[in-house]
Amino acid sequence: MRYNILAIILGMFMVTYIPRYLPFFISQNLHFPKRLKSFLSYIPVAALGALILPDAFFSMGDKPLASTLGIIFAGIFSYFYKNIFITVVGAISVTYLVASCLGG
Amino acid sequence: MKTESLKDGVRSGLPIAMGYFPIAMTFGVLSKTAGVSMGESFLFSAIVYAGASQFMALNMIMIGSSFTQILIATLLLNLRHFLMSASLSQRMKVVDKRLLPIISFGITDEAFSVASAREGDICPLYFIFLHLTAYLSWIVGTWTGFLAGELLPPVLTSSMVVGLYALFVALLVPQLKGSYRVSFLVILSGIVNTAIKSSGYIPRGWDIVLTITIVSAIGVLLEEKLDKEEDNIDEI
Repeated sequence: MRYNILAIILGMFMVTYIPRYLPFFISQNLHFPKRLKSFLSYIPVAALGALILPDAFFSMGDKPLASTLGIIFAGIFSYFYKNIFITVVGAISVTYLVASCLGG
Repeated sequence: MKTESLKDGVRSGLPIAMGYFPIAMTFGVLSKTAGVSMGESFLFSAIVYAGASQFMALNMIMIGSSFTQILIATLLLNLRHFLMSASLSQRMKVVDKRLLPIISFGITDEAFSVASAREGDICPLYFIFLHLTAYLSWIVGTWTGFLAGELLPPVLTSSMVVGLYALFVALLVPQLKGSYRVSFLVILSGIVNTAIKSSGYIPRGWDIVLTITIVSAIGVLLEEKLDKEEDNIDEI
């Protein structure tokens, strides 16, 4: 069967965009209670932990050692320096070097 | 003021752009395999702009899932952005309402995490430039992938993907130095998410929604309990 890809794209746009936009729309028109505001303020921290674990260490499928060392580099480097860009480039370089040495 | 936002937004967006590019290229390459045309592949990235669900859609197209199945799976996968947008909406200065549809379009895990890590209120223009930087990389990457295929060696591409996790780590570490409560919640969130994921009972996409909800609620309870204790100490 040949899909109607355009319909899929538009449908996916709707179900992706509505969850992104709705909260902004609601918050412009409603005042949130204090407890809810407090709940919302913890979301970035709660999301960050879940975005990193467990996926980060297995992000390089067949070479977990390479991605793990890259992530460890990022952890140590960002402890001492605030530059996010260099942290990212450094982690990529470490991962790449280790992965290349491991072969494949 | 405007140039400040421009500089800040682009600077924040660059590490994201760097991580998006190889992923978008992979999407371009896979589109071809799934029988999606170049125009369609481009529209996926330009209109849907949601990494994981685009890959999932290609996969579902290849295995012959129905239209409805694809949409429901996409909705489940992206529901986490509802929580993220809700959180960000509280951090914005009073904004020109016309900018909100654009700002919300660009909310991804990465844009959300980078913007949230900033202190104080977030300026809408900052968002626009942050989004633009990440978005351009996503689109150009898709195109490059479709046209040039495996331009980069696979080892380099998969190493570059690690960059996005390095980005999250770089956002996290300064916060760990600050407060015990934050450190506790982040570690808890990692553990809860790992546990939920490996249990295998929760469908993909719901795991992170569940984790964020549980951990944020614990954050609120902890805050209320600790503040109460502080009040008691004050009274003594």
